Amino acid sequence: MEAAGESLRDTELRLGLPGTDAPEKPASTVTRGGKRALPEDDEEGYAKSNKSSSSSEEEQGEGDLCGHEPPAAKAQVVGWPPIRSYRKNSLHARKVEGEAAGLYVKVSMDGAPYLRKIDLKGYKGYKELREALDDMFKCFSLGEFPRKEGCSGSEYAITYEDKDGDLMLVGDVPWEMFISSCRRLRIMNGSEARGLGSRH
Amino acid sequence: MVRGFGWAAAFPDEVWEHVFSFLAADADRNAVALVCRAWHRIERRSRRRVFVGNCYAVAPAAAVRRFPEVRAAAIKGKPHFADFNLVPTDWGGGAEAWVEAMAEGWPHLEELRLKRMVVSDDCLELIARSFKNFGVLSLVSCDGFSTAGLAAIAANCRSSPVHTSVGLEVAILVSVASEGVNELSLVYLLLSSADIPYLRNLRELDLHENEVEDNCLNWISHFPESFTSLVSLNIACLEGDVNTSVLECLISRCPNLKTLRLNHAMPLEKLVSLLQRAPQLVDVGTSKFSADHHPELFSKLESTFAGFKHLKSLSGIWEAGPTYLPAIYSVCESLTSLNLCYATIQSPELLKFVSRCKNLQRLWVMDLIEDNGLIAVAASCKLLQELRVFPSDPYGVAPPISLTEHGLVAISAGCLMLHSVLYFCRQMTNAALLTIANNRPNLTCFRLCIIEPHTPDYISQEPLDAGFSAIVESCKDLRRLSLSGLLTDRVFKSIGASANRLEMLSVAFAGDSDAGLHYILSGCKNLRKLEIRDCPFGDKALLDNASKLETMRSLWMSSCSVTLGACRQLALKMPRLNVEVIDERRGRPLESWPDDFPVEKLYIYRTVAGPRSDTPPCVWTV
Repeated sequence: MEAAGESLRDTELRLGLPGTDAPEKPASTVTRGGKRALPEDDEEGYAKSNKSSSSSEEEQGEGDLCGHEPPAAKAQVVGWPPIRSYRKNSLHARKVEGEAAGLYVKVSMDGAPYLRKIDLKGYKGYKELREALDDMFKCFSLGEFPRKEGCSGSEYAITYEDKDGDLMLVGDVPWEMFISSCRRLRIMNGSEARGLGSRH
Repeated sequence: MVRGFGWAAAFPDEVWEHVFSFLAADADRNAVALVCRAWHRIERRSRRRVFVGNCYAVAPAAAVRRFPEVRAAAIKGKPHFADFNLVPTDWGGGAEAWVEAMAEGWPHLEELRLKRMVVSDDCLELIARSFKNFGVLSLVSCDGFSTAGLAAIAANCRSSPVHTSVGLEVAILVSVASEGVNELSLVYLLLSSADIPYLRNLRELDLHENEVEDNCLNWISHFPESFTSLVSLNIACLEGDVNTSVLECLISRCPNLKTLRLNHAMPLEKLVSLLQRAPQLVDVGTSKFSADHHPELFSKLESTFAGFKHLKSLSGIWEAGPTYLPAIYSVCESLTSLNLCYATIQSPELLKFVSRCKNLQRLWVMDLIEDNGLIAVAASCKLLQELRVFPSDPYGVAPPISLTEHGLVAISAGCLMLHSVLYFCRQMTNAALLTIANNRPNLTCFRLCIIEPHTPDYISQEPLDAGFSAIVESCKDLRRLSLSGLLTDRVFKSIGASANRLEMLSVAFAGDSDAGLHYILSGCKNLRKLEIRDCPFGDKALLDNASKLETMRSLWMSSCSVTLGACRQLALKMPRLNVEVIDERRGRPLESWPDDFPVEKLYIYRTVAGPRSDTPPCVWTV
């Protein structure tokens, strides 16, 4: 069974360098390579019934594309491991809230040729964030960054797009609330931003 | 001695009813009903509880007709593997047919428990207005409803402190009015003014792991002000925010509230002020347990939990960090049930917390507890009966956790009362399983999930046949078993021969041939539910053991080697089985496919109701 699998692997199309191999866990049963096959097309997948049948919905394993990606994210088998979908959704939702992975958002600055990305989890509060942005965009700025909230008299204002898609001024809400709703940051020209600040 | 069964008539029905009331098990009541016609009649009229393990096994109308005085019903719908997305979402398990029949035939129904069924908002509305004395609604792993449906339930709740006194009033008035006034009309007058048909006493609303659509934000506010009879409220599965002040009012006016399980959304500060109003709680499920550190919040949390003098069960604790967990150390000593399976706390804090829980009987936890943690549990929690360890990272993208077979072995050695295990891990050895089997012959439920399919004993590289065989041979009372790892037909031989009390078996990625399935079906005397996926089991074993299938509740087989021809033969041979072939890809009807067509998913169950009428396009009853 394994031998057949190995020879099949040789004929697989990959985007990795020749010689690199997605590290395989021993006794992996997932049908590798190629597209998901239907039983009558994939004789190997069905006749060798010890393998997980290709009739389950298998996603493309990322390991097939980048030979050097450790550890290989294998194609997932439907319903395995047997965890309640409710639990999976809950766990996933919590993780997505940025526990371990960090909360990366794009930062754009009006007039700058390219954007940056920062991890909001890496800052304890607004002060640190402003200092970091100042540092990052120093080379582009013509004036100083606003040191206090609001944009009165400054060249630039830091704004963000929240999860509803609205453009908001940074600094109004508690930090925790900000990082959970911020989707991207935008450093605006002071004149444009005045409309936002002047309401308060 | 009286000839025949004439002696049955020697006692009035009430005496027999009273005798039968001591028979708790349905099987015993069923046996009693077969003795003679009189007993059949008496038994069916006095049966108060009904459990329908498969909603399609009997027609709702038939069940209602047979047992007209039922007060508590529990019904299950979809096969267990629906929990893991193996069953199409439109497969069935709709509750309408049952709720409609019950509304018609069981107006005095007090308790309804549905599991893995599709419950619509219309269903909930029907429940809300059909049962005069409704007390308990439990929905577990159901879907199809929204918070609007819950609002309907809430709105129809009323407490009736006048229940008994109304009866008294009627009696008095009747005796007073017996002179000249028509007694009956007076009674009617009284009854209608007291509004009896709409009285209800909802005590328990239990929503456990349901998929609920959130479209009615303030459904909690539909509970009327007069409603005070709540004893148990579990809304842990709701995603949306719940109005805290309304909930606070509700809790404050329900003095009998013992169980309160909240959902994730509520911030910690609000949780604390809520819990302060109910120090009598026995079972608490918290909301999100993380927030920035505020000393004030910490001490409020601490004093609130210190106020719980009767707390036995704790759950929720979503995303707990090390910050606030120490605030609730005061309840550890009294806890008998602890569910931390959503708490992403790491081992040191987890260990500190759990090892204080000396009286724990049930522990559900993430594998973040690691072997060290389990060793500590084995040393501290001597009364532990049930352990469940869930994977924090099932798809293996994070660095591996140090939870191995050692943790489980330690628990099996240290916890003498352990009888139920669910354990997710990445490695196992036959030696470990043997040790566990020898340590704990009192196991009744053993579910081991080695995350990678086909994983052998990592030391000997052997299949895990010997280990699991030891489990079934040693644990004579084993009722539930889930297998995993590399397994050959040998393990099935042992199971078939030794697992005499086994009622439910789950098999995945195991076996070499049909012999495996044959061993199971020809042995395992008490097998009720068998679920199999990705095993090389095929036609022969199925057909050779066709009659066995009628002694079981159901059989699920997916990604095995069964052909359509065998299903056809089986269906022909066994008219009291529904043989459902599930195939989500084919557009053409089943009739056109040849006998050697491989069946993707197969669900076979015994039924007296014949083929069901609500099969979706992807399901064919052969």
